Amino acid sequence: MMGEKRQIDARGSFCPGPLMELIAGMKAAKVGDELEVLSTDKGSAADIPEWVKKVGHEILATIEENGVWHITVRKAK
Amino acid sequence: MKIVIVGGGMGGTILGNNLARRLHRELKTGKARITMLSASDKHMYQPGLLYVAVGSMMPDELYRDQASLLEPGIGFHVDPVETFMLDKRQVKTKSGAVHDYDILVIATGSRAIMQGIPGLAENAETFYTEETAVKMLKRLREFQGGRVVITVGVPHKCPMAPLEITFMLHDFFKERGMRDKVQLHYTYPIGRVHSLENVAKWAAPEFDRLGITYETLFNMKEVDGKNKVLKSEEGSSTKFDLLVAIPAHKGMEVVEKNGLGQNGWIPTNRTRLNMEGQENVFVLGDTTNLPISKAGSTAHFEAETLGENIAAMVKVGSAVRDYDGKVFCFIEAGKDRATYAMFNYTTPPDPKEPTRAVHWFKVAYNKLYWASARGLL
Repeated sequence: MMGEKRQIDARGSFCPGPLMELIAGMKAAKVGDELEVLSTDKGSAADIPEWVKKVGHEILATIEENGVWHITVRKAK
Repeated sequence: MKIVIVGGGMGGTILGNNLARRLHRELKTGKARITMLSASDKHMYQPGLLYVAVGSMMPDELYRDQASLLEPGIGFHVDPVETFMLDKRQVKTKSGAVHDYDILVIATGSRAIMQGIPGLAENAETFYTEETAVKMLKRLREFQGGRVVITVGVPHKCPMAPLEITFMLHDFFKERGMRDKVQLHYTYPIGRVHSLENVAKWAAPEFDRLGITYETLFNMKEVDGKNKVLKSEEGSSTKFDLLVAIPAHKGMEVVEKNGLGQNGWIPTNRTRLNMEGQENVFVLGDTTNLPISKAGSTAHFEAETLGENIAAMVKVGSAVRDYDGKVFCFIEAGKDRATYAMFNYTTPPDPKEPTRAVHWFKVAYNKLYWASARGLL
């Protein structure tokens, strides 16, 4: 079954920041849901995959467009 | 123009007073009307709860009568909204009263949810209500030593609270002559000790200097109360003798029940502060889904922007400026030193070395807050 797709616009977020926004979003999501995080912090390209891997979710895409990172994650458990 | 403000916390109160001053002529002539609908006749200074938990403020210092804080032109009712009828431009309250509006502002705030993590409510202390802050103080006074673990849920109100309570606990136990009997262990959800990189760069060496250990990438999953173990989503676990939680928060139930936003957070335009898809409904403070700090200062700066804009809408039919994401947070670095972080959507903070002067300014602000709520500061 396909999950829902949602976008988290964390551009310009220093606090709580894109990863914290994703963590909160993942808690509210269901297994199979896809969340796309928008971030203007280039650190997100490293710290989001690090957390996703550690917890056991899945990175679907990491794309940079005009200074905005689009990182798509699927909730796996 | 009928303006209805739902919520009498910091954001709603500052906005109401700001508007009442800007629109005093319109209120006199009947061209504008401001109504505030709140769940309580009391107003609490929420940041004071941190101090209650370590015994440096008493709960009665945190309250004022809400009516005493409001400009005379505001129609204040202790009658919380239960139903939002946005299509009819009406809200219905607990008493059954129906209020029409031309402009609606939703500022209902957020609440700590201890029940979201199995075992947390039964085994952890916290300080987000008067009752829990007093309970935590009593527990701290009885504590004879051991391992104190600080754990942090997402999202949470007051992003500096995890660091502040940790530094304050260090001083609390030091002052009681028992710091050597207490191991302080701090956990944090992301890969550094604070979400703000520059704050983390300052705080981690401070922890090292004070002998506070820490584990990052730690999101609480469950608490095993029998064995006194806290487990994380990331697969690690840590033992505790005393667990202090900054729990995850949700928006208010009424927001969720009315289908205005998942988990009680309302989708909000980041500069105009209107609810997405609703031109005449605005959202303030913790209630927004904006990716910025859930903090009193956020509500304060948003309320100032919105006060200017709504007054201009009444006077000339147009908003006049955008909210730039401004946030200002004091950071208590113990019981007698503090620093601060100020930032917006485009500029990160650059916190300075903590000083006594900033701490005393924070202590003064704990009293000056009431001038802030009245819209004077």
